[in-house]
Amino acid sequence: MKVYVCIKHVPNTAAKITLEGSTAYDESVKFVVNPYDEFAVEEGLKLADGDEVILVCVGKETAVSTMRSALAMGASRGLLVTVGEQFISSGVAAQAIVKAIQADGEPGIVLCGKQSVDSEGMQTHYRIAKGLGLPVVSEVAAMAIADGKATIERELEGGSREVISVALPVVIGCTKGLNEPRYPKLPDILKAKKKEIKQIPLSDLGIDAAGKTAVTNLESAPERGAAKMITGDAQSMANELVDLLINEAKVL
Amino acid sequence: MGNIGILIDVQDGQVKETNYGVVTAAASGAGEKIALVVSDNAVDCKDALQKYGVTKVVHVTADTPVDSDPEAQGKAIAEAIKNFDITTLVGLSTAKGKDQMARAAAELDAPAILDVMALDINAKTVTKSHFSGKTYASIGLTGDVVVIGIRMNAVEAIEAGGDATAESFQASVGGAGRVTITEIKKVESKTVDLTEAKIIITGGRSLESADNFAILRECAEVVGAAVGASRAAVDSGYAPHAMQVGQTGKTVSPNLYIGCGISGALQHFAGMKTSKVIVGINIDKDAPIFSNCDYGVLGDLFEVVPALTKAFKEKLG
Repeated sequence: MKVYVCIKHVPNTAAKITLEGSTAYDESVKFVVNPYDEFAVEEGLKLADGDEVILVCVGKETAVSTMRSALAMGASRGLLVTVGEQFISSGVAAQAIVKAIQADGEPGIVLCGKQSVDSEGMQTHYRIAKGLGLPVVSEVAAMAIADGKATIERELEGGSREVISVALPVVIGCTKGLNEPRYPKLPDILKAKKKEIKQIPLSDLGIDAAGKTAVTNLESAPERGAAKMITGDAQSMANELVDLLINEAKVL
Repeated sequence: MGNIGILIDVQDGQVKETNYGVVTAAASGAGEKIALVVSDNAVDCKDALQKYGVTKVVHVTADTPVDSDPEAQGKAIAEAIKNFDITTLVGLSTAKGKDQMARAAAELDAPAILDVMALDINAKTVTKSHFSGKTYASIGLTGDVVVIGIRMNAVEAIEAGGDATAESFQASVGGAGRVTITEIKKVESKTVDLTEAKIIITGGRSLESADNFAILRECAEVVGAAVGASRAAVDSGYAPHAMQVGQTGKTVSPNLYIGCGISGALQHFAGMKTSKVIVGINIDKDAPIFSNCDYGVLGDLFEVVPALTKAFKEKLG
């Protein structure tokens, strides 16, 4: 089955984000494959069964490094739609991915992460599905495919799950629990350097980069600063804490 | 000038209280405040919704059953948006709410921002976490219809009084969708759900075993809190992933968050930093959580948590 996996080039989750101006940040930090997309890559490698696993990414040219990481996991080749901005609206990203896939081949399945960890949009895969005319299921924590049908477990609140039946091809938003993404070995990393990454400028696809959402400002989340420390024996600390929560913080 | 649609999150035929904050968020907007209740069966919720400012309650069905058909839900919401001249749709960012809003937005090619922490309903601007809560982004939405998903507990419900009318709307969605919910596997649990809890108590790897989470549950029961876990505790097999708070787990915003033996990694803060009050209980005085929380209790959680349970019982009981 021909598998398309959508990945995003995002700052490492442990990286410190240093803002520059109103909507930019220091991009010299380490960038990685969006963690939820790693589940998508792993699932794609399992499902392809010898067929191609094609990565699709919308990002700056620097995203090539992230695509190499996913190619090292075992993906076959990549399509990178290049844009000048880090934040593009999900509608624009989805259009780019749809056009890149349509120009490339017929997907047996399209796998995405359920959200990115930079702009946390949670919706690009829905728009990709609409553009490709395919069904979509997100927050997918388990999946089994048989007879052209996927049986899916979708995570809800409180640990409950919806069991969903859908015919292939389908667009999937992957979440943690679906699988354990593999760590590439050195020979795979070397092999990945030779794999093809086709770069396609967004303008070549006839898509306008201006979307219907725009980030107008970024600011660092307020820090709380050092805690008011409570010390002593266990019971006196517990009593003091409860008194503070009732009388000072007023949350009880 | 159009109307404001409020997508009601219906769970098991019930409208939970967490919806009312969304109504409050919409109440200051211009136009009618139209609650969309998408369900095969009518849900008795008019009295509760009008108290918070809803002016019209619409029971939305379709020409095919909707409860087990997420695609029909998305299309029915899109049809209702057109039918009732809705230009802004707000809803709750639950698993179901996010799914419905993303489907409706894709259907209408409308912009959507989900899981927002604050919004200006008239200006169509929102504040949302970026980079796992490390930064807050201000985002503007433009278009004939915009969709805004609000994080649970982000807006406090305020009663506004008033009366609402009620009607029903059957959408034409062109037959059954391709996605079918065949079963819901419920986790039967006495504990409160993490994302809607007002108080959350979480444990880290220093709890040392799944059994030891019992001391957190005992404490949680006294104050009606939910119990969560750090990624380290989940990866060690002490708690299921459904209990995980942080980067690859749940994002929560309770009034009170008590982290027990939680060191306070960036990825953990990503999931709980918008809590109103954060308490850290840790035996290590250099634990990072102490430099970014409201109250720090320096002690052994195996002694402090049972003591806290006792203090809660005595002072709140």
